[in-house]
Amino acid sequence: MVPLSYYLILSGILFACGVTGFLIKRNIITIFLSIELMLNGVNLSFVAFAAQLKSLDGHIFVFFVMVVAAAEAAVGLAIIIAVFRTRETLNVDRVNLLKL
Amino acid sequence: MNLWIIPLLPLAGAAINGLLGKRFSKTLVNTIALGSTALAFAYALWVAAQFAGLPPEQIPHIEHYAIWISAGSFWAECGMYLDQLSLVMLLVVTGVGFLIHVYSVGYMAHEGGYYRYFAYLNIFMFFMLTLVLANNYLLMFVGWEGVGLASYLLIGFWFLKKSAADAGKKAFITNRVGDFGFLIALFLLIKHFGTLQYDSLWTLVSKYPVETGTGFLTAIGLLMLMGATGKSAQIPLYVWLPDAMEGPTPVSALIHAATMVTAGVYMVARSNPIFNRAPQALMAVAVIGTLTAIFAASIGILQTDIKKVLAYSTISQLGYMFMGCGVAAYGAGIFHLMTHAFFKALLFLSAGSIIHGIGGEQDMRKMGGLRKYLPWTFWCMTVATFTISGFPPLAAFFSKDEILYKTFTSGNHVLWLVGIVAAGMTAFYMFRLWFLTFFGEYRGPASSAEAHGHDAHGGEGHGPPHESPMVMVVPLMILAVLSFVGGWVGIPKAMGGSNHFEHFLDPVFQSTVESMPAETPARHEDATTELMFSAVSVAAAAIGFLGAWFLYFKRTDLPDKLAERAGGLYRLVLDKYRIDELYGAVFIQPIIALSTNVFWKGIDRGLIDGAVDGAAAGANETSDTMRRMQSGNIRSYAGWVAVGAAAVIAFMVWRGVR
Repeated sequence: MVPLSYYLILSGILFACGVTGFLIKRNIITIFLSIELMLNGVNLSFVAFAAQLKSLDGHIFVFFVMVVAAAEAAVGLAIIIAVFRTRETLNVDRVNLLKL
Repeated sequence: MNLWIIPLLPLAGAAINGLLGKRFSKTLVNTIALGSTALAFAYALWVAAQFAGLPPEQIPHIEHYAIWISAGSFWAECGMYLDQLSLVMLLVVTGVGFLIHVYSVGYMAHEGGYYRYFAYLNIFMFFMLTLVLANNYLLMFVGWEGVGLASYLLIGFWFLKKSAADAGKKAFITNRVGDFGFLIALFLLIKHFGTLQYDSLWTLVSKYPVETGTGFLTAIGLLMLMGATGKSAQIPLYVWLPDAMEGPTPVSALIHAATMVTAGVYMVARSNPIFNRAPQALMAVAVIGTLTAIFAASIGILQTDIKKVLAYSTISQLGYMFMGCGVAAYGAGIFHLMTHAFFKALLFLSAGSIIHGIGGEQDMRKMGGLRKYLPWTFWCMTVATFTISGFPPLAAFFSKDEILYKTFTSGNHVLWLVGIVAAGMTAFYMFRLWFLTFFGEYRGPASSAEAHGHDAHGGEGHGPPHESPMVMVVPLMILAVLSFVGGWVGIPKAMGGSNHFEHFLDPVFQSTVESMPAETPARHEDATTELMFSAVSVAAAAIGFLGAWFLYFKRTDLPDKLAERAGGLYRLVLDKYRIDELYGAVFIQPIIALSTNVFWKGIDRGLIDGAVDGAAAGANETSDTMRRMQSGNIRSYAGWVAVGAAAVIAFMVWRGVR
């Protein structure tokens, strides 16, 4: 059996990749994908713990996260389309009308 | 007897005149100020009549009105205390005070701030009456501070003149030094006895034996003496009184001669149960009084300003009162206080009449020959001069003699000798004043300009010297009569009297007298001894008179030659022994330097302002730095979130590891 620590390290790497992508990328869609990456990194650790502890709680959390992520994807993609239609760009640094 | 009415009458007068007087006519201001004082005096007379009818066991008559302060087991109340001592003070303050109010109407007629002047005078009366009538030390302290305030206001009455404003400050600050001692004495009393009420305090104190060494009663006595030296202008805190002559002359008469400065004597006499149990403190009172008497008299000899001579004479006479109290002859001290109130008020008011009559000149070298211009003033002044010098049968002869006699019989022969010398000096400088002012030729500038009318008042064009209006002369005459006969209430047994005054005061001092070794039956000495002592002091006065007569009447060229001979010593005395300069160098300059460099520039500007400014500047800097976090860049916000999350995780991990 694969030890728990392997899963956790992979989960951490995934989360760190997500964070890094979120911070350095300019394209909104890439940032969006980075968020998904973080969520799934967390999901991985949830299921890993659930399997380890023989408990359903972790699974339930994962399902919730997936539902929320799906809903968020629907809303988020709609916003991205709306932004692209008005600003004709996906670069977050250009979406700065609210800045002083 | 509703004693509270007496102080409240002048207070009401002060309130009405002070708040509304600006719009009043002079007549209305006069009516209010004089009316309230006259009513107070009349009521005091009625109280005196009632008091005479009280059975001895109801004396002291104490009235309780309200608890003023209650803190833990300590409480102080608003209440009045009337015994023989406060009755004498009450009558002197209201009586002399009223006469001086009347006189002021004439003296201040040409001055601005008329209503303000009378409001201040009335305020002074209120506080002085509070001081003498209070039934506990705390209320007395209120009056004590209040007369200081009134004194400050009146010395600086002509506040546009810098010297007057400075003199006011000097009086106030010097008194503060003494008040500090008095206040500490009160704290000690509270600590040891838990009360400041006179009646309970005397009961508690009387359980203590006479201290042979230096115990806490001695400490209390010495601290009280410190307070008294401030208020009553004794060494070392007398320096404010000569400067206080910057105020209007009636003020000098009322406050700085007749009443307020006697507060210290009253306080010592009132505290006699404490002083009687602290012989060392009592000795200190006597020594300070005697030293002051001769020291101030010696300065008075060379002063040329008529009011300054009288100021030093006041200090010197107060010294006699302390001397009397210091040998436990409180009755004699209070007796002299009373006669002094009469003749010193008379002296000052006569001096004021002279100054008024020759247009504001105070230098005696520019007077002379005024006898024929101011006949009434001359005769009043003559009575005053003879009485202060101690010629029988005038008032001060009896009182001063009593003090000197008691000093000798209590065994302080050195103090007695110093007192006699000071009495001779007193006679000398008073007759010097008398001869310089009233005899010889008029040396003022106005003699050549006699054509000028009386209208142009003050300054150069005043015209020839003229007698003062009746409103000023009548109080002089009343005071002259009092200065003449005032001493007859205390004619000693040796001269066929019954010493009524001191027997009247005895109950106040008797309660504690049994503990004093000096007051044994041995004091009934034969009359010839006492008469001999009187003869000695009259001889001293006569020598002073002859000296003054010779130097300032017969051979007027001699004083200058003598001054040249004496050289340095003459200048030292003329400069008042340079005590002001000494205090300036030893106390005032270091305090100013300390205040400027440490308290102002160091603590105030450096520490306090620095802390406030530093806090503001620090907040400014921090905000300026933090402002840069709000860049508007989404990813930088995300970065901060990530950093924060990382920090939280790191913290949790660290906790977990531990």
